[in-house]
Amino acid sequence: MNERPFSLVELARHPGQHLGEIGRLCAIGVVVLAVGGAFVYVAGFAAPNRLSPQRIVNKFETYGGVHAGFRRNHAKGVCVAGYFEGNGKASGISHAEVFDPVRTPVIGRFAIPGPNPVAPDGGTPVRSFALEFELPNHAQWRTGMNNTPVFAVNTPEAFYEQLAAGKPDPATGKPDPAKLKTFYSAHPETQPFQKWVKAHPPSSSFANAAYYSINAFRAINADGDTSFIRWAMVPEAAYEPAKPSGNAPNYLSDELSDRLAQGPLRWHLILTVAAPGDVTNDATQAWPDDRRQIDAGTLTIEHETAQADGDCRDINYDPTVLPDGLKPSDDPLLAARSAAYAVSFNRRISEEAHRPAGQN
Amino acid sequence: MKAGHAHFSLPARFFHWLMAPLIVAMLFIGVGMVATVSRLHLTLIAIHRPLGIAIFVLVVLRLIVRITHRPPPLPSDMPGWQRCVAHGSHWLLYLLLFAMPLVGWSMLSAGGFPVHMFPGFDLPPIVPQNPRLYAFLRGAHTWLAMLLFVTFLGHLAAAMFHGLIRRDGVFSSMARGNHAEPAVERRG
Repeated sequence: MNERPFSLVELARHPGQHLGEIGRLCAIGVVVLAVGGAFVYVAGFAAPNRLSPQRIVNKFETYGGVHAGFRRNHAKGVCVAGYFEGNGKASGISHAEVFDPVRTPVIGRFAIPGPNPVAPDGGTPVRSFALEFELPNHAQWRTGMNNTPVFAVNTPEAFYEQLAAGKPDPATGKPDPAKLKTFYSAHPETQPFQKWVKAHPPSSSFANAAYYSINAFRAINADGDTSFIRWAMVPEAAYEPAKPSGNAPNYLSDELSDRLAQGPLRWHLILTVAAPGDVTNDATQAWPDDRRQIDAGTLTIEHETAQADGDCRDINYDPTVLPDGLKPSDDPLLAARSAAYAVSFNRRISEEAHRPAGQN
Repeated sequence: MKAGHAHFSLPARFFHWLMAPLIVAMLFIGVGMVATVSRLHLTLIAIHRPLGIAIFVLVVLRLIVRITHRPPPLPSDMPGWQRCVAHGSHWLLYLLLFAMPLVGWSMLSAGGFPVHMFPGFDLPPIVPQNPRLYAFLRGAHTWLAMLLFVTFLGHLAAAMFHGLIRRDGVFSSMARGNHAEPAVERRG
């Protein structure tokens, strides 16, 4: 037990007589530093080259600065609300309650990509549609869909490189074509996306576009069987191509409010079920056209609200928020989307909270 | 030292050594999951939420044990400032272990997120959805976690100091039972 009380003064005066104690003190220091160092390393402070969600969001912020309170990507959008009615046809592959013949309220958001909340609607062929389904017992399903069935890249790292290559030149406001060319030639996986966009002119409205889940997901049925699925919201409104130029800056949201003034808009939730051997971890590759499709129910959108005070404003449409009966696939983009959306959400909500009251 | 009172009670030691690895794991999971874009992000978040609630349940039980079982007194020759730091840091640990899960649960509630535990079970929100409240709680969750980690490091250093330098029985009072107790109760 205790031979004599420990004294730093004594230790400093006669270090030679206390070598054992000094050694043990050093050992304590080493252990504490090792545990602390491991913590700092895991937190990413000591690994600045690791691709973190913070770095992805920082890259978006280099495009045109920080637009306080707005999403770091898909910043310009409009809130919508309505409901989804399942029909039971998908209940054989997923036991999620949303697929039963019940009505589930939804809060949605149409948007265009990019970090600029006042970008002209005509500047991009891409439209996005995000939905939050509010299930019983506090469960939710959130999905963020694009109007392209495949994504340009299939890894978070390539996405980051694409962002870096596409950064607008401050002088021209446009990306450097040479950098983009270098990126695309180094990434042949982007070709299906580019081909699809060339062959499919963007729609004239948010309402007459189909929106795709991009990533694959797992559906689990009541017996515990797993199927890999992708989904699409396919509009009842007939497709018409957008005018190639001369569109008003907000024509998509203006057109949407005109349509909703006439009556509700409907989409069918089409689930596509993968066959054994279909790739489930690569968002750049479409599945063959003959895969089984299930019309799982109808989405009805009734109202729209400006996002400044709409219900969608404070929702992080993280595609990994899934109800019982759906799970993420092994697609590496899903975790990266979840992580980066959280960083964007935390930053913009913090900015929103620091605004003077009444200016939200 | 009085032999009969020198050691923590069996329930106190049980909760200490059960919770210690869970809490340290929780801190590493927490900082790791928000710093990675890999699939680990999803795996770690799926562990973080239910583990946090489990720690909350354990800390409530442990607080009852703490109140009903007197801990052994500190050695009488410990300087006054060290006794102050020892008592203060132990109550700070209890406070943080109690607060962290509640702040996390409230934060998800205020942000409108489902508080997902395991397939088919989500906890109800405990505060209304509110962006200002979310922003405050989200910041608090991080800073309280940093404070908890630093307090844990201090606790670890102090435990080793008692065990290796002072050799005053404080470390062994938590590491093992009294000699009178059966050997099967040896833990840690």
